[in-house]
Amino acid sequence: MADPETLLQVIDLHTRYAAVLDNDRLEEWPDFFTDEGTYRITTKADAAEDLPLGIIYCNSRKMMVDRITSTREANIYEDQGYRHIISAPLILSAGEAGVEAETGFAVIRIMHTGETMLFASGVYRDKIAVVGDVLKFAAKTVVLDSNKVDTLLAIPL
Amino acid sequence: MLNGANTPESVTFPSDSLAEVPYEVFTSPDQYALETDQVFKGPVWNYLGLAQEVSEPGDYLVSAIAEISIIVVRNLDGELRAMVNRCAHRGALLCLERTGSARKFSCVYHAWAYDLNGNLTNVAFEKGIKGDGGMPENFRKEDYGLRRICIAEFAGLLFGSFSEDAPDIEDYLGPEICARIKRVLHKPVRILGRNTQVLPNNWKLYMENVKDSYHASILHLFFTTFRLNRLTQSGEIIVDESGGHHVSYSKIDDDQDNTHYQKDDVRSHSDKVALTDPAILRTFDEFNDGITLQILTVFPGFVLQQVQNSIALRQILPQGPDKTDLAWTYIGFEDDDVEMREHRLVQNNMVGPAGYISMEDGAVGGFIQRGITGTGEDASIMMMGGEKAESQTSRVTEASVRGFWKKYRALLGA
Repeated sequence: MADPETLLQVIDLHTRYAAVLDNDRLEEWPDFFTDEGTYRITTKADAAEDLPLGIIYCNSRKMMVDRITSTREANIYEDQGYRHIISAPLILSAGEAGVEAETGFAVIRIMHTGETMLFASGVYRDKIAVVGDVLKFAAKTVVLDSNKVDTLLAIPL
Repeated sequence: MLNGANTPESVTFPSDSLAEVPYEVFTSPDQYALETDQVFKGPVWNYLGLAQEVSEPGDYLVSAIAEISIIVVRNLDGELRAMVNRCAHRGALLCLERTGSARKFSCVYHAWAYDLNGNLTNVAFEKGIKGDGGMPENFRKEDYGLRRICIAEFAGLLFGSFSEDAPDIEDYLGPEICARIKRVLHKPVRILGRNTQVLPNNWKLYMENVKDSYHASILHLFFTTFRLNRLTQSGEIIVDESGGHHVSYSKIDDDQDNTHYQKDDVRSHSDKVALTDPAILRTFDEFNDGITLQILTVFPGFVLQQVQNSIALRQILPQGPDKTDLAWTYIGFEDDDVEMREHRLVQNNMVGPAGYISMEDGAVGGFIQRGITGTGEDASIMMMGGEKAESQTSRVTEASVRGFWKKYRALLGA
């Protein structure tokens, strides 16, 4: 069994991460990453072929800041919100270098009209670093189960 | 072909002007059925995929024309074949995977099997069991092959046609479109990824959107906010003779300012926002012609896009009158070095379902679809740049949208 303390810390990280995205505190989203942190959304099918594309592809925390700037200032989309449902993490490794974990998730999208749908499901493949006494994502790969995205993806998953 | 008294008639257009389109064409189930028959199965070429995805004998790819599932396969002699993905017996799908390699196609239902040219080669229990049952004496397997369609390759792109009347692919595309495809697809490509954006609207609203250069820097604020593209840049719209295909391109023009945008009070004049990581804005002039943006369409449902160094193919697949699958294939080139590949991945943030400059296109068709519900008696107007469908140097025009309707109406006799 994984070390209970590690497990709790990763659960806590994901819970705080989801709370930011689900409560329109998008400006805080990049804070969950290390300065050199990366974020990529791919699909299970692309991952199986080892294709490098990201539906969102950030190779620096600055790119995440820019993603939110664009979402707030430039992009046009109807008012919508997410509800993340996150599974318990599978701890693949834990040590001095950090934690590697795989965590299942589902995201429900709620439109301002009330229309509600299962928008995305998949797995977070995370490399997590300890910075000071907090955990941060050093590399977060969102692997979507489906290759289809309804309408548009404005808010990170 | 549809025939007899049940043939639905096209929605009536208010006049001969290409600038007026009745909203009903985007909502009518009858119109949708008619389009499958006379547009997608008409004398046109439909994009199916990349030749490199079926490079070896036996390689196959499942694609689609409208909602019709199509198998593209390289036969054992190395020739390309395309056929409807449907068993001749009871109509079940033959291939259930997106891609694969096969020596034959065998139906899971009753094990009828076909060679890679679509010929029926095996019928399970054709002679019955111990002389009992089986097919009638006069049953001839050669009468029951798969439904073959025409296939053509151009610059590594595969196109299929249900109609023997479709012109040769190069004649269909015309010299200007051919040249503009070859401009981009001039060496072996590498696939970077694929995904499908589900659009809540009629397929024609998406095609209009792609052809509509008028909206580009108005709806998509990322462009103007970060000074990527403005209608005041130099550029051109090329509409082919049939009207159905188009190219829109622009070149960087450094000395432009925001004057026109401020004067007309469009939203796109914010200069206050800056990017903290400007790498996404870099452009390598990889085609050595200064063109930073080229959007090209082939009627009825193919888009080739170059936005700086982001290159993608888009296949438009209608899924009903008010739903469309937009299948994206993002590409680079085989000889991209590590830096170039990374740059393309960074710039692909601009396109696709989460694209800085394309996500709005996923929603705006839905705004129209919802806006026109129940108002079939009215029509949209597109008179920007006149009422004809000719090439223009100004991109403040709806010429190529009108071109779409010129080709569409010719096919439907509407």
